Amino acid sequence: MRLPRTRTVLGATVAFGSAALAWEAFARSGSLPPAITPPVEAVVAAVARMIGDGTLFVHVGYTLARIAAGMGLAAVVGVPLGMVMGRARPVERFVLPLVSVLSPIPSLAWVPLFILWFGLGNTASIALVFYAALFPLVLNTWTGVCAVNRLWIRAAESMGANRGAVFRHVVLPGALPFVIAGLRQAFARGWIAVVGGEMIAATRWGLGWVIFDSKEFLNTDVMLGSLAVIGLLGLAVERLVFAALERRTVERWGLMRGAAA
Amino acid sequence: MRQIEIVKVDYEYAGGAGPVTALRGVSFDVGASEFLCLVGRSGCGKTTLLNLVAGFLSPTRGEVRIGGTIVTGQGLDRGVVFQDFAQLFPWRTAQRNVEFGLEMRGVAATERAETAARFLRLMGLERFARAYPHELSGGMQQRVAIARALAYNPAVLLMDEPFAALDALTRDEMQRLLVEVWAQTRKTVLYVTHNVAEAVYLADRVIVLSPHPGTVVADVRVTLPRPRDPLSVAFVDVQRAIVGHLGGG
Repeated sequence: MRLPRTRTVLGATVAFGSAALAWEAFARSGSLPPAITPPVEAVVAAVARMIGDGTLFVHVGYTLARIAAGMGLAAVVGVPLGMVMGRARPVERFVLPLVSVLSPIPSLAWVPLFILWFGLGNTASIALVFYAALFPLVLNTWTGVCAVNRLWIRAAESMGANRGAVFRHVVLPGALPFVIAGLRQAFARGWIAVVGGEMIAATRWGLGWVIFDSKEFLNTDVMLGSLAVIGLLGLAVERLVFAALERRTVERWGLMRGAAA
Repeated sequence: MRQIEIVKVDYEYAGGAGPVTALRGVSFDVGASEFLCLVGRSGCGKTTLLNLVAGFLSPTRGEVRIGGTIVTGQGLDRGVVFQDFAQLFPWRTAQRNVEFGLEMRGVAATERAETAARFLRLMGLERFARAYPHELSGGMQQRVAIARALAYNPAVLLMDEPFAALDALTRDEMQRLLVEVWAQTRKTVLYVTHNVAEAVYLADRVIVLSPHPGTVVADVRVTLPRPRDPLSVAFVDVQRAIVGHLGGG
């Protein structure tokens, strides 16, 4: 069920308003030194400053570029790998144990090694996103190919589709709902990985780097402001890219009902 | 002219305790433009037989010929309609579903669209060409499936209980429509059903299969004039005779 739009907006406003008020009360209570609990207006001012001098856009640009590069690579490797796994038993038997063991390892646990291997900078962050995004893509694509309705394949074959045509016209679109679900999961994991990775591995730019760097100067307003930006940006990408993708394909085809509010 | 020839066909498959014989010594012909119904209880191998004709399975012994050529796999000389509504491609509109076979044959886009539109019109679906399958009722989806199977002009139409999952009223409508379409297109039809009344309504000839293993027990010609009245005495008599062949009422 989908709530009417105005009610959703109203609910969100009330929720964020209450959270801001609660924070404000806590910040002004004096339980912690004011220097490390900036009030809401200071956080807003910090974000406004970063917008004003343009640095926010550079940070956002770097972070988005890193996650895009990492996810792009993961998609280029993971989707075909998942497809092959779904179609070829020996590949499935070889890849699945590896994926099953590597997938539960939090990507951030690799950061120290990645820094040793790739040095500080973009490569380590991109590699981290790649690692985080790869397994959801492989596993979801593989599941999607396995879940393709046999009847579609039979119908296509009875109409003269050869192996290549069955793959292109049936297996690919049939597995797409799962691939999209995989992309969403990959983004959620990649977003955590990129911000976390930037804290340690980035130099000068990126939303994660800003937070870590601000710690040196006790710029808690910048830290909280960046956190808010990270949350809102993650939500925006999820809604504007993945939810839209889902609406235009899976939902339109009736392969999923009422998901993605 | 004999369009489909089924010659001494046995079909065995691997079961838990050795091979199971699903069909034994099945032989019959279907004439060109003949509407033949294959009737039997569930498990009598009627769907297996249809799958052999479709080329999804190969007979253990014997052979199936279409237009004189031995069947070795699927082919564009046959169109298949399944029972399950899910046979349509959900990511394609009704129109694009109907175009699929033509697309596989490399027919140009404009010609494809024209042909698809013609068959959708034949099935009374011209207004739904742009609808996706999930936006259509079960009966409409099966009509799209029939249009899709007819669009690339196969000589033979193979139908596996296409209306079994529909409600009774829709099923009656669909049977009437199918008879009309068959009269217009003059396809050879092999139609599998467990519903005797349906077989008597549709068929020129009804073949009755008995189970374990599937063998032909009767070959009944239905000569009632069309459109047939399922409540007439003659209709009920034919129905009773076939039910008698099925055994056990």
